[in-house]
Amino acid sequence: MDDTRRSFLKIAGLSMLGFGAKPVVDAVAGTGDPKFEKDSKAFNGKRWAMVVDQQKCLKAKEGCKDCVTACNSAHNIPEFNNPKDEIKWIWQTSFEHAFPGQENPYLDEYIKKSLKGLPFMVLCNHCDNPPCVRVCPVQATFRRPDGIVVMDYHRCIGCRFCMAACPYGARNLNWRDPRPFIKKENPEYPTRTRGVVEKCNFCSELLAVGKMPACVDACKDKALVFGDLEDPNSEVRELLRSRPTIQRKPQLGTRPQIYYIL
Amino acid sequence: MLEKALRGNKSYFAWIGFLLILVGMGFGFYLRQLGFGLGITGMSRDVSWGLYIGQFTFLVGVAASAVMLVLPYYLHNYKVFGKITILGEFLAVAAVTMCLSFIVVDLGRPDRAFNVLLYPTPNSVLFWDMVVLNGYLFLNIFVGWTVLESEAKSVPPPKWIKPFIYLSIPWAVSIHTVTAFLYAGLPGRGFWLSAIMAPRFLGSAFAAGPALLILICLFLRKYTKFDAGWEAIQSLAKIVTYAMIISVFFVLCELFTVFYSQIPEHMYHFLYLFVGLHGHSGLVPWMWASTVLAAIALIIMINPKTRNSPGTLSIGCAAVFFSLWIEKGITLVITGYIPSPLETITEYHATLPEIGIVIGVWALGFLIMSVLYKVALSVKAESA
Amino acid sequence: MYNAGKIIIGIVIFLALITAPFWYNLGRPSAPPKLEIGTQEKQCVESKAFMQAKHMVLLDQWRDEVVRDGKRIYVNSTGKQFNMSLQNTCTKCHSSKTKFCDRCHTYLNVAPNCWDCHIAPKEQEKLAGRSDK
Repeated sequence: MDDTRRSFLKIAGLSMLGFGAKPVVDAVAGTGDPKFEKDSKAFNGKRWAMVVDQQKCLKAKEGCKDCVTACNSAHNIPEFNNPKDEIKWIWQTSFEHAFPGQENPYLDEYIKKSLKGLPFMVLCNHCDNPPCVRVCPVQATFRRPDGIVVMDYHRCIGCRFCMAACPYGARNLNWRDPRPFIKKENPEYPTRTRGVVEKCNFCSELLAVGKMPACVDACKDKALVFGDLEDPNSEVRELLRSRPTIQRKPQLGTRPQIYYIL
Repeated sequence: MLEKALRGNKSYFAWIGFLLILVGMGFGFYLRQLGFGLGITGMSRDVSWGLYIGQFTFLVGVAASAVMLVLPYYLHNYKVFGKITILGEFLAVAAVTMCLSFIVVDLGRPDRAFNVLLYPTPNSVLFWDMVVLNGYLFLNIFVGWTVLESEAKSVPPPKWIKPFIYLSIPWAVSIHTVTAFLYAGLPGRGFWLSAIMAPRFLGSAFAAGPALLILICLFLRKYTKFDAGWEAIQSLAKIVTYAMIISVFFVLCELFTVFYSQIPEHMYHFLYLFVGLHGHSGLVPWMWASTVLAAIALIIMINPKTRNSPGTLSIGCAAVFFSLWIEKGITLVITGYIPSPLETITEYHATLPEIGIVIGVWALGFLIMSVLYKVALSVKAESA
Repeated sequence: MYNAGKIIIGIVIFLALITAPFWYNLGRPSAPPKLEIGTQEKQCVESKAFMQAKHMVLLDQWRDEVVRDGKRIYVNSTGKQFNMSLQNTCTKCHSSKTKFCDRCHTYLNVAPNCWDCHIAPKEQEKLAGRSDK
């Protein structure tokens, strides 16, 4: 290559960079100065948590699934009816699945006899030290200062590293287009597309306008108690002071924020 | 130099044509996957990583094996490997390309893949995996091409390439250390939560990669004019043998820890693999096939008579390769999810489109490898 | 020039092909689309000029503020407050996606994928069908 051609190419390359500068500057230029604020009706919790009072759940009618149904309809959760594709944000399971490794045959007897083989509600624990947040390569899942572990569906690339990391099996991928499988759309909440991960969001969209999470609201027996741990007078703190509670897999150091009263 | 890949005999073009057909088929299946979603594969809510990530995991090891040639030759002046370092580097290029392709086909939203660069997240191991894999790809292309071009012009390689060569040595170790860290740092997956994950990856990499290289060298010896040299092949065979012994030893260590401690949670995964769990035994035949192949491999490779004879050597290397392909490419990833964190069992069965895409990506890798090898071999033949 | 004849013919064919979009549409002026705003309201979240040029930037800002920062109220340049929501605020006035949003987007061959997730105004959704890509 002779010198003049090489220098021509160098100058051409630099000029290309120069041409690209203006569009970039235009794109990042601000749009004036608008302001963004929280809704005045919003709840101002500092650390959200939930207490599941299994004793109150005992009083529920046979086969009650009100919390699950409420969550599913509020969030346009599709019904695939097969365990391969299913999406569940809150669901019922047995004691040995909710607390694997904690069971013993005599506890089993107690649960079968005294707790009527009670189903346990499981959902995302909104951990204080969430492994899913640690592994997300694009911060599509992140922990808000008020403790809620949020999904940004716009950013998720569907790598499913968070699904591998979650020790509670709380996360779901949309393996296919969910829209045909949504029973009845809630026009106030979006659906998701195939390829992104989703999970319980503690109804942050309801908290933002001063409403309780859908499952908490739907439970007629008031078995789900939601509140601010940093408020010493909140109902959750009251319950945690007066009753012994257990958490799922606390030894993993995730510091889950769903507490169960057996 | 690439034009050298456009010249060849009938069988060369028939091979390239065959690979192109497979790549096309894989691509066709991938378009179907893009249209339908990842649900077209066998993956499920409980087993959310499957064959794609398994193959990626195995191939990261194969890619790193280039260092087994580079290290002795460049760092310790082991001249015997002189002829074949380029084969190792080009194999690494093909393998890393396959790794990256498997990751892309596994993404739920590949149109957002750029987000990994737009929002760098140093606390995520996946971010670092992207960095080291792409870096390694670049290094091998750069080093391999430069050295080969120097050989084509019959001059010694330029001095400035040396630092890159030296860099590629620890970098090779980093690619599967980081990939192992994807698995080894997850608190909820007991099957993977082992301190020896990274050493296991290293061990199987240095067995499977060079085993494949030996098979390729034996093939080239028979069907082309390229002879890697019997001493080089022998040295590689010794490396494969020791690495295979270490790999098997590591698995035995895992088995001991799990079964002597008798912790149910830890035992479940291995029970599922070797004897089945609660009536589910989908991976049992695979695990035993891998075990039997490993035994055959060790018998052939340890015995010097069988290791030093091309016929039995190729059987031994094939046994090493396929045993580890099953272990890392299939059983490792899937068993991490069985049983699930709630101790339920959902099995995994790969679907036809999924297998089609896997074959397509492998064909792509072989295509890249064949083209690069054709260039390398042509250069060596012409400069001789 | 070697092979001058072939090269010149090749250049002519190339020029013809590359200018094809222009002379193909000659004589058929395509008017910019007329939008049916869908409401009697006189004022959008911001001025018409601003929205025409920058509604996509604004929506991206809204997205990040709502999802990532948890703020839902937008105070516009005149001090008026709005709830930052494509699905619940914008479509309250712009009640027809096909008669408003799609008209410009189709004309300019732009396909924003907001509606893959955000539910489009009801009566149009059935007519427009589900747009997944």
